[in-house]
Amino acid sequence: MKEYLFLFRGGDGTTVQQSPEKWQEHMQKWMKWMGELGQQGKFVGAQPLTTTGKQVTGSKKVVTDGPFMEGKEMVGGYLICKADSYDEAVDISKGCPILEFDDGAVEIREIHEVKM
Amino acid sequence: MSSAEPVHQLADHLFRNESKKMVAVLTRIFGMENLETAEDVVQDTILQALNVWKLKGVPENPSAWLFRVAKNKAIDIIRRNKHSVQYNFTDGEKILLTSEYTLVTAMENFWRDELIKDDMLRMMFACCHPGISVENQITLILKTLCGFSTTEIAKAFITSEDTVSKRIYRAKEFFRNNDIKLVIPSPGDLKSRVDTVLNTIYLLFNEGYNSTSSKSLVRSDIMEEAMTLCKLLTENEYTCLPEVFALMALICFHTSRNESRLTTEGEMILLQSQDRTKWNRGLIQIGNDYMNKAAFGNVITAYHLEAAIAFEHCIAPSFEQTNWEMILRHYEWLCKISPSPITELNKVVAVMQVGGAKAALEQLETIKDRKKLESWYLYYSLLGEIHSKLDDVIKAKEYFHKAIEMTRSETEKKMLKGKIMVLQ
Repeated sequence: MKEYLFLFRGGDGTTVQQSPEKWQEHMQKWMKWMGELGQQGKFVGAQPLTTTGKQVTGSKKVVTDGPFMEGKEMVGGYLICKADSYDEAVDISKGCPILEFDDGAVEIREIHEVKM
Repeated sequence: MSSAEPVHQLADHLFRNESKKMVAVLTRIFGMENLETAEDVVQDTILQALNVWKLKGVPENPSAWLFRVAKNKAIDIIRRNKHSVQYNFTDGEKILLTSEYTLVTAMENFWRDELIKDDMLRMMFACCHPGISVENQITLILKTLCGFSTTEIAKAFITSEDTVSKRIYRAKEFFRNNDIKLVIPSPGDLKSRVDTVLNTIYLLFNEGYNSTSSKSLVRSDIMEEAMTLCKLLTENEYTCLPEVFALMALICFHTSRNESRLTTEGEMILLQSQDRTKWNRGLIQIGNDYMNKAAFGNVITAYHLEAAIAFEHCIAPSFEQTNWEMILRHYEWLCKISPSPITELNKVVAVMQVGGAKAALEQLETIKDRKKLESWYLYYSLLGEIHSKLDDVIKAKEYFHKAIEMTRSETEKKMLKGKIMVLQ
């Protein structure tokens, strides 16, 4: 089994967050999706990220503030799961509640096992 | 609320009740091997409640307040120990506690009302693990599932707090070393595990009913806790076995007589002198309902028979009008399925009522393990009783004095001295 990194973009759900009931309902969907992955032993880890950030660039290690991009382009969180193939990983990602929002997107990347 | 006193009064009862629930839920979250963490969270929560409530008054829904604080403290611990190996959140829905996406909701889900009873039941099975000595089981149950403090347990058993702490420590060590899971035992093990739990509840109840080591003879708080624990077993679809209902019936019947067993000065009143109008008819009826439920299936356990005996006493209009023949038959059966010198001795009491003192003495002499009874005051008390009925005052006195030496209970000593007085 391989590991896949899901990067979540967009779908910050600001409108949903305004209603506690709706927000709770939305969070229950994350519970269900991640819970099922957990039950199947495919869940490795996941965390949401804040909208702030720093960037360090190049050999001069220039520090700049924030990703400064549009909300829908910014990585808002990640999840790592186990799957046999990209096909399976894509199938898994389709259950992600972020896709309830039209600007929500999941980027799927296979974790590269670097052979020395 | 202005003064601290009412907060304390309310707190005592509330804290005892809520802390056992909180410990059960938190132990499910952190694992039996981290019982200590669960207890620390509860302790901190209660301290916080005392401090805040003293200043701001008791909140409208104090249990919800306590639960919320406990949840937040548990979340803090999880966040602080994200990379520690102490807590294992790999299985089941616990894995959701490792992600900020789900931590708060997952934590919330653990506290659902309908789950708490099962949490307590699982905890009960863990505390009554056959690998833990019965003494330590009872101590642990009082601490975790009954919400007693170490001081209260020490007081109840007239032992030092140090001893109580050691017992609890040993049990916790057992949990740490043996990876005990919080589960309702699988069908194959269920019966024997339920037996162990019932035995512990039975002993716990007896400790309350006839406190061997406490100054007061009856500890109704302990009896109540035993009843609550047994009730939990009756309410679960897997553990509601006939013997569970039978023990529950037994507990109800015995508890129904509480009001009549002691004088206002705390002295013991014997069955023949008890005011039967004080017996709790409602509780006897409830016991009777449990008795009916205990009758399904084809199991007759010692609890069934003991409950049947207690029932006969409960429905008898007076000591003389008790159906002693029936009681004797139950005792004969009981001696067959659960032979013990103590049961034999109880049978002798029934024999005395049915066949007289001479028959009782003969019966007594047939008890095989009589030696074992010789450290028990009731043995001498009964011998005294028999000899007083046979008009052998000298021997009767001798035996009653011996009985006084054997008991540690002040109320029992008084009762025995009363019997000697009557002999003159």
